[in-house]
Amino acid sequence: MSSATTINAPPNSASVGGFSETAFEAFLATRDEPAWLIERRRQAFAKFQATPWPTARDEEWRRTDIRGLKLDTFGPPILSEPSPADRVAAAPTIDALAAHYATGIAHINASLSQKADASKLGGAVLLDLASAIKLHPELIKKHLLTDPATVEADALSALHAAFWTGGTLLYVPKGVKVEAPLYSLICLAGQGHVDLDHTLVILDEGAEATLVRESTSRGRDDSPAFHAGGIELFVGAGAKLQFVNIQNWDEQTWHFSRERAYVSQNAEIQWTVGGLGSRLAKVNQDVALMGEKANAQVNGVLFTTGKQHLAYFTRQDHIAPHTTSDLLYKGGLKDRSRIVWKGMIKVEKDAQRTNAYQKDDNLVLSNQARADSIPGLEIEANDVRCTHGATAGRVDEEMIFYAQARGVDRATAIRLIVEGFFANVYDRITLEPVRETLRLAVADKLGRR
Amino acid sequence: MTKLLEIKDLHVAIDGKEILKGVNLTMRSGEVHALMGPNGSGKSTLSYAIAGHPNYEVTSGEVLLDGQDILELEADERAKAGLFLAFQYPTSIPGVTVANFLRHAVTNVRNPGRKEGEDLVPMRDFRKELRAEMDELGMDPDFARRYLNEGFSGGEKKRAEVLQLAMLRPAFAILDETDSGLDIDAVRVVSEGVNKVAAKVGTGVLVITHYQRILTYIKPQFVHILYGGKIVEDGGPELVDTLEREGYDWVRAKYPNDAKAEDALSV
Ligand SMILES: Nc1ncnc2c1ncn2[C@@H]1O[C@H](COP(=O)(O)OP(=O)(O)OP(=O)(O)O)[C@@H](O)[C@H]1O
Ligand SMILES: [Mg+2]
Repeated sequence: MSSATTINAPPNSASVGGFSETAFEAFLATRDEPAWLIERRRQAFAKFQATPWPTARDEEWRRTDIRGLKLDTFGPPILSEPSPADRVAAAPTIDALAAHYATGIAHINASLSQKADASKLGGAVLLDLASAIKLHPELIKKHLLTDPATVEADALSALHAAFWTGGTLLYVPKGVKVEAPLYSLICLAGQGHVDLDHTLVILDEGAEATLVRESTSRGRDDSPAFHAGGIELFVGAGAKLQFVNIQNWDEQTWHFSRERAYVSQNAEIQWTVGGLGSRLAKVNQDVALMGEKANAQVNGVLFTTGKQHLAYFTRQDHIAPHTTSDLLYKGGLKDRSRIVWKGMIKVEKDAQRTNAYQKDDNLVLSNQARADSIPGLEIEANDVRCTHGATAGRVDEEMIFYAQARGVDRATAIRLIVEGFFANVYDRITLEPVRETLRLAVADKLGRR
Repeated sequence: MTKLLEIKDLHVAIDGKEILKGVNLTMRSGEVHALMGPNGSGKSTLSYAIAGHPNYEVTSGEVLLDGQDILELEADERAKAGLFLAFQYPTSIPGVTVANFLRHAVTNVRNPGRKEGEDLVPMRDFRKELRAEMDELGMDPDFARRYLNEGFSGGEKKRAEVLQLAMLRPAFAILDETDSGLDIDAVRVVSEGVNKVAAKVGTGVLVITHYQRILTYIKPQFVHILYGGKIVEDGGPELVDTLEREGYDWVRAKYPNDAKAEDALSV
């Protein structure tokens, strides 16, 4: 139930309401941005206006119903210094990240709340996008939202491209190997309820880095929230990126995210996704293997409770020859929740000797929960190796009995079995704190109600 | 302190089909009993029923542990009361390591009053103890980090069962064909492991087996033959020699009515 005040004037978004032309012009007026960027935003906005809102008739939205989203109750976030209360609310998450990683950047309600400690960046650049545009305009101009596949995919991706705010750049120059993992926190706190973050990661030739990104809600009221985000990852030749993205919004938040990695020759990405929060999520996570011998490992850990609906669509686009990709998603579902996973391995004509793997397993913990798991292959080359698979099953009663026969109570037995179910994806994640975060989040959600 | 496990006129059905038709058996602490009988005679059914598997329906009879009826207890409560079953076919639990699983088991069995969420037994002590027991059983320490029974060989599974027995130190243990799948040396090592626990805590042991070998290490004072869902013969170690020499033909001849029941079971 929302209180009257939050319905009338959502504090962190424009009172004009919605993402209308008026709202857009008002938004642009608040931005101190170069002409090329304003122009890019205008083009995206035109696209947004011209693109119909998704409906159940669109294949990608067939199982994902967003009619409950009242877009005109949201608007572009108004940037302001985070309040002391909001900082306090966000502090535990920031402290936890700071305890495990070298340094990081944080946004609260789309406004920068913490800068990275430059002395701990190991030669990397980690900045909010507004500063990055001033300090590294050419870099941003070259990489930010230039791919029509990302901008024009649907109305939400166009909305994001027109209105993105906040945002983070991680740039690692040629040959620089950043040893210590860095973090980026996106937080909606207090009365914040709109976030349009854009995360841009650029690793130059031979660079190496790890970035852990987390989005979370802290001490928010129970009004609906809206996130339309974008993630672009550029992994240069021979570079190595480890990117972790943990989505942990509260269950009033609508989450939309368009994400794509571009992996150059001999480059590697390990990309781990945690899908835990939100009321409804529609995520497109794509890896494009652009150069020879590019390699991608994709890991997904999803866990839903209550009436959550998480739709994760993945693509493994093999564009160059001798490329490899290996995707493993695991989902656990409780209550009346639902997970939709749709995967696609696309092998272009030139991408001979591709080796691609794709697997999605789900553990369904209640009669009312439902997992849809739809693998897909589209292969235009003739010398490739592609494997895919999907499973959905219940907790095995024989396992529960075996554990009970050893004195372990039923609830603990189920918890152990569920943890065990996720173990083979945890085993692939080399960052211990990330494994621990996911493990605790899953245990927490499993134990809840 | 002597403990008593009494099985009285136990009838058990699976999917509505009666498998056990009135089993009587009494065991005390420190005793070793052997239970033999042809394939399909109901030995594992008896084990599962005592352990509390939900698919095994007790239609009548009693199982008393020190006079307390345990049939109303959940399987984990029975384990906490001191019962242990070494499975004929242990279940694997992917992703759960031997060490983690056993730490939970040990914690619950040693502190039966513990509430969910309370602390587990301290990691250091547990590790040390686990390592010592594994050493006794000739198990590689790496085994503790493997996922429980996942990809274990037949013999490794059986060893892991006895490892759990050794850690849980039950009042009564049922070993359901723990010898099958073990190589000749392993039967000795594993038997010594069982004997050691029994000597230490006075475990009463029920050894279910088809072969004499394990019984030369774990020496039974009492031998029972389960046939057609009933215990038809009770005797001493000499019964094992008879079976080893003559098989079950004489049992069949002596108990024609149970032979009919046995035939009905094995269709
Ligand atoms: N789940 C089940 N559904 C139907 N019948 C079952 C089930 N489990 C056991 N049975 C039947 O019950 C009978 C007894 O089986 P049980 O496993 O107890 O025999 P056993 O004496 O342990 O045999 P073995 O020496 O081969 O281990 C068999 O006829 C078996 O087929
Ligand atoms: Mg059996």
